[in-house]
Amino acid sequence: MHAHAAPLVLPAVRFAGVVRHFGAVRAVDGVDLAIAPGEFFAMLGPSGSGKTTCLRLIAGFEQPDDGHIEIFGETVEGLPPYRRAVNTVFQDYALFPHLSVGENVAYGLRVRGIGRADRDRMAREALAMVKLSGMETRRPAQLSGGQRQRVALARALVVRPKVLLLDEPLGALDLKLREEMQSELKGLQRALGLTFVFVTHDQSEALSMADRVAVFNEGRIVQVGPPEEVYERPATRFVARFVGSANVLEAREALALGAPARPSSLRPEKIVLLAPGAPVPEGAALVEARVTDVSYQGPVRRVSAVTGEGLALTAAVPATASGVMAGATVRLAVPAGAVRPMGGEQ
Amino acid sequence: MSLATLDLPAPREGLLRRLSDVLVRRARLLTLLLLLPPLLWLGLVYLGSLFVFLGQSVFSIDEFSGTIVREPTTATLLELFRPANLDILLRTIGIAGGVTLLCAIIAFPIAYYAARYAGPKVKAAFYLAVMMPLWSSYLVKVYGWKLLLAKEGAIGWFAGKLGLGGALEAWLALPLVGGPSLSVSYTGMVLTFTYLWLPFMILPVQAALERVPPHLIEAAGDLGAAPGLVFRTVILPLAMPGVVAGSIFTFSLTLGDYIVPQIIGTSALVLGQAVYTLQGTAGNIPLAAAFSLVPILVMAVFLTLAKRTGAFDAL
Repeated sequence: MHAHAAPLVLPAVRFAGVVRHFGAVRAVDGVDLAIAPGEFFAMLGPSGSGKTTCLRLIAGFEQPDDGHIEIFGETVEGLPPYRRAVNTVFQDYALFPHLSVGENVAYGLRVRGIGRADRDRMAREALAMVKLSGMETRRPAQLSGGQRQRVALARALVVRPKVLLLDEPLGALDLKLREEMQSELKGLQRALGLTFVFVTHDQSEALSMADRVAVFNEGRIVQVGPPEEVYERPATRFVARFVGSANVLEAREALALGAPARPSSLRPEKIVLLAPGAPVPEGAALVEARVTDVSYQGPVRRVSAVTGEGLALTAAVPATASGVMAGATVRLAVPAGAVRPMGGEQ
Repeated sequence: MSLATLDLPAPREGLLRRLSDVLVRRARLLTLLLLLPPLLWLGLVYLGSLFVFLGQSVFSIDEFSGTIVREPTTATLLELFRPANLDILLRTIGIAGGVTLLCAIIAFPIAYYAARYAGPKVKAAFYLAVMMPLWSSYLVKVYGWKLLLAKEGAIGWFAGKLGLGGALEAWLALPLVGGPSLSVSYTGMVLTFTYLWLPFMILPVQAALERVPPHLIEAAGDLGAAPGLVFRTVILPLAMPGVVAGSIFTFSLTLGDYIVPQIIGTSALVLGQAVYTLQGTAGNIPLAAAFSLVPILVMAVFLTLAKRTGAFDAL
């Protein structure tokens, strides 16, 4: 890089005011975005929030109706997918059924005119990287979902993309496999130092894997930041509810809990269930509430309760608190600083 | 009244219900009962009579009395290789091949458009347009084509208006495909067959293309393949089973037809006409049977070759 260049590195992907509509639907409605090189970037949002369209705009399957997209400083509007140095791992893997696993992985090399011997070697190496050595001659139909996922990954990585795009790649896998693949993907990304852009509607996936998370709603990004920040300080009601399902408090409700009179969020696990007669912790606000529902969730119990003033709260309490039942009155402590003010309305 | 207090009457126990119980418990019996009538039809009535007929090809005919000699011999089958008969076979296979190729070339873009771009309404119109020619009489269509192809016909007239009269003349002057006019040339015969059998090519190709997931085409582009390469390496191989299925129709329908060649084309016989003449006026059932074996063998060879080139890998 130039010694006198601006201190900011050239973003791997940059969106400026990008708009994409389908008929009357504004799927992407003015998105600004800068993804740093080597970053593991998650786009999180409910279905129809525009995250997948953003990914497709980077890949080139969609063209923006307005705005500007750059990949490593190169303007890509109007560039078809086959002229972009990005590759995609599709949600359904999109492996070619008429080609063997080896031929699938070598496909990108074949269309680049690389000779058979070289591409066979590179495909073998890529398959070894995703722990599928020796599977070259199998057909995609003979593989399990997790194996297909790895083949799709190897096929995208073997052509050395500058940015790897992943469209809900773990969505079709069962929980155990998904957790395995999460750490493997993360390890692969670190080892390769590659920029990963990852679309998901699963907030825990986004929080556990990403360096930064962009939360999408209705075609816009409502918050971007490291996972801790997005979780701990949700910027809007939408983020508070979508990421980790927080209690959303009106200004007066926040005031009643000893916080500034601003719309705020309160994470269920921050609320402490006090044993009868136990002292209220230093600086915490005490709330008496009647339990309306308890659901057992393994490590925790989710307790829904309503205070005398009509404030509905959900608390995640240790699962060992087995005495809590619907109809009972409980004492809940809200520690100082647990109530976090939010900005926007959305 | 709450739901719990509402007593539904117990279902009546009848003969049908008990029969259902038996069939549900014995799924194999149900399958057998359902398959028995079609299997009888296919196995006995259709395949049985076909094999009895084809079996005649090992008999021969007595040259003088014209009666069938019921003694196994290879003489009748070998008769197929006599120059006159071989000529008929090669001519027919050539025409069928040409028709199939032309059908595939015309059908593919239409099928591709219908499968990948047409909306529901356009698709309904597409099916209607493709099927409609099949609703009208076969003979009417063939005579219609005879008029179109005639020397003073619409095609010649259009070619003249477009200043292509010379090109048409030049084509007709070519050996083999040419002739005095389109209606008495192989070109005309191939065109007519292509028109007749085109729906049988379009529909399977369209079905095959519809089954190609759009993501696969995107993935190929994503991996760096330009559209032409995507077509060659992904779309065409995946559509191949449909093309082969369509080819089976166009090829075998052409191989067996004996009406079009009577109305359009040269006076030289094709396979269907040969069979028709042999089993009718000539009364030579063994040779007719031997001729009828040829389309079956040709199709078997065609399918074997198609399988070997990987046409069914995508299935």
